[in-house]
Amino acid sequence: MQTIQLPSYKSQSPEVADRFRRLKERQVILETVGLGKVFVTGNGEITVLDDICFKAYRREFLSVIGPSGCGKSTLIRILSGLESASAGQVLLDDKPVDSPGSERGMVFQGYTLFPWLTVKKNVMFGLEVAGKGRTEAEAEALQWIDMVGLEQFANHYPSQLSGGMQQRVAIARALANRPRVLLMDEPFGALDAQTRARMQSYLLQIWRNVDITIIFITHDLDEAVYLSDRILVLSAHPGQVQEMIEVPVPQPRSPKQHLSPEFLATKAHIEELIHPQRESEDVLPIIRLTQVGDEVL
Amino acid sequence: MSSWFTIQKELSGRRGAALILLSFLLPLGIWSLVSYVPFIWHPMVEITGEGGSPYMEKGQRVKRELFAQENQRLAQEGAELMTGTRANPVYLPPPHRVLTAVYTSFKSEPRRPDDPWLHESLAHSIRVVFYGFLLSSVIGVPLGILCGVFSCFSKLFEPFFEFFRYMPAPVFGALAVAVLGINDGPKVAIIFIGTFFQQVLVIANTTRQLPPSLLEAAQTLGARGGTLLRKVVLPAIAPNVFLDMRILLGWAWTYLIVAEVIGTSTGITWFINQQAKYRIYENVYAAILMIGVIGLATDMVLAWIGRNVFVWNGGRRNEFFKFLFELFYGSRHETFSFVQKRIAKHADDTTAQLQEPIP
Repeated sequence: MQTIQLPSYKSQSPEVADRFRRLKERQVILETVGLGKVFVTGNGEITVLDDICFKAYRREFLSVIGPSGCGKSTLIRILSGLESASAGQVLLDDKPVDSPGSERGMVFQGYTLFPWLTVKKNVMFGLEVAGKGRTEAEAEALQWIDMVGLEQFANHYPSQLSGGMQQRVAIARALANRPRVLLMDEPFGALDAQTRARMQSYLLQIWRNVDITIIFITHDLDEAVYLSDRILVLSAHPGQVQEMIEVPVPQPRSPKQHLSPEFLATKAHIEELIHPQRESEDVLPIIRLTQVGDEVL
Repeated sequence: MSSWFTIQKELSGRRGAALILLSFLLPLGIWSLVSYVPFIWHPMVEITGEGGSPYMEKGQRVKRELFAQENQRLAQEGAELMTGTRANPVYLPPPHRVLTAVYTSFKSEPRRPDDPWLHESLAHSIRVVFYGFLLSSVIGVPLGILCGVFSCFSKLFEPFFEFFRYMPAPVFGALAVAVLGINDGPKVAIIFIGTFFQQVLVIANTTRQLPPSLLEAAQTLGARGGTLLRKVVLPAIAPNVFLDMRILLGWAWTYLIVAEVIGTSTGITWFINQQAKYRIYENVYAAILMIGVIGLATDMVLAWIGRNVFVWNGGRRNEFFKFLFELFYGSRHETFSFVQKRIAKHADDTTAQLQEPIP
C-alpha cells in the first residue's frame, strides 16, 4: 500500500511562522491558570480537569479537542462561569471571573433560542438586558441579523427556522452583546454534514469581520484543523493539556485546504494523540453466521 | 380496514371527523332507541284510562306485571278494563323532551315566588366557581412558580401541600360553614381548598420542566435575578401554565356540586334537586347538560385564546388578537402591526389612484 509522505506538522512556512509570532505579541484576552475541576459523587471524587493552563490572544481562533470524557464541555462551562472551578482561575483581560456575564458570549450545542421571541427579539435580548433603548437595540439587532445573512427571517419564530439558521441566530445573539470572547460548545454537532460545512465557512467569515476571540469546542478533527489558529489537545481521565498545536495551514482558509499536506499532517498528528492505535482492542471475537467459503475478502 | 387501527398514527381528517361525530351520536342513538322503541326496555305502563280500578289514576306509571294483575282482577269482577301504553320510568325522559326542557326550563316560573329562576341559579353557580378559582389562582399561581424556581419555597410549602391535598375538600364543609357562615363563603372556600393545593403542586412541577439550557443561555447574555425570572422563566412556562389552568378549572367545576349543598343549597345543584323532587326529570337532564356545555364552551374559548396568544409553536394570530396586541404594545410592536399594514395599504391605494391616467 502506498501512502502519501506528509511533512511534520511542526514545519511552518515563513508566512505562517510570522503570523504566529505576531499573534503571540497581541493582547491576552482570556487566560486560565492551573484550572482544575473535581466532581464529588457517591463513589468518591472524580478529577475531570487537572491543571489546565492556556492563553487566548486577541482575535485568535482557538479550538479545544480531546477524546470523549476529557472534560471539554466542563472546561467551556467554567470559562463561561456557568460552573465553578475547583482549583485555579479564569482571567479575562487579567481580571478573574467566576460567574456568567455578557462579556463572554456563548453558543451551545442544543438550540437555546427563546422560542417565544422572534429572531429579532432574540438578538435584542442581551441588548435590552444591558439597558439599551428599544429603538437602538432594534437597529443593532438588525445589523447582526444581516451579518449572519438572515435579514428575511427577522420576524420569524425559531421553530420556523432550520437547525443551521437557528445556530446562526444564536451566534448573532451572542455577538450582539459585543463580548470579548465567544465560547462555542460543539455548536455544529447536531447539524448534518453539508450544513455543518456551510456553517464553518459562515463562522470563518464572521470571525474575519468582527473583532472577536473564539474558543471552540469540538470532537471533529477536520473542523478543528480547518477553523483554528491553534488547537488545545486534551487527554482524558483526568483532562490535562496534552499539546497546544499551532496549525501550519495558511490563513485565510478555504475548503480546498482540506487536502493540503499541512492539513493532513496536523490531522494525522491529532488523531494519533487522541486515538492512539490499540489494535488488539479493535478486534471483535469471531462469531460466524456465514458459510465457510463464502468470503467477502 | 387496517388503516383504522395503525398504532400511533393520526386518522385522516374525514375519518377523524366522522369518529368525533360518532362519539356524540352513539350515546344519543342508544338513548333514542331505549326511549322510542317499546320492546327494548319500557318496563312500565303509563295508564291512559283507569277503567274500573279504584286506585289507579290516569297518567300514573305502574310496572307491567302490576298492570296485568290489576286488569286480570278487573276482568274477573267484570269491571271496565284499564288502558295504557308501555313507557319508560319517569327518570328516563326521551331526548326530545330533554331538548325542549333546555328551553322551557328557562321560561318556567319557579314554583315558589322567592325561588330563583334557572338562569339565576346558573349565574350563582358560575359566580361561585369564578370566585373560588380566582382566589385560588391569585395565590396559587405565583406560589407555584416560586416553588418551581426556588428550592427554599419548594421545601417550605410542598411537603405540607402534598399531605393536605389527600384530605378531600368536602370534609371541610362543616368547618367552613362554622367559620364562614351559611352563604357563599363556605362554598367558595370548598372550591378554593379543592383547587389551591393541587394548583401549587401542578404549577411548581410545570415550572421545574423549564429547560435549564434556556436559563444558562440567558445568563451568558447578561441576565440575572429578577430579569431572568421576568424575561425567561415566565414567558417560557406561560403556555404550559395556561394549559394547567384549563385542566384545573375543570376540577373547580367538580367541586362546585359538593360546595353547593353545603350550608344552604344553592345554584344549579339546588335547581337539580328541586326538579327531581317535583319529578320533572327532563329539567334535571337539561341542567346537567348545561353544566357540560358551559364547561366545554369555557374550555374551547380558553383553548382558542391560548392558540392566539402563544403563537410561537406554529399558531397564527387572527385579526382580532392582532388588533388587541397592537393596542397593548402600540405600533412599535412591528411584528403584528395590523394598523400599520392597513395604513400602508391605504396609502398604496391612494397613490395608485393618483397615478391613474385621467381620461
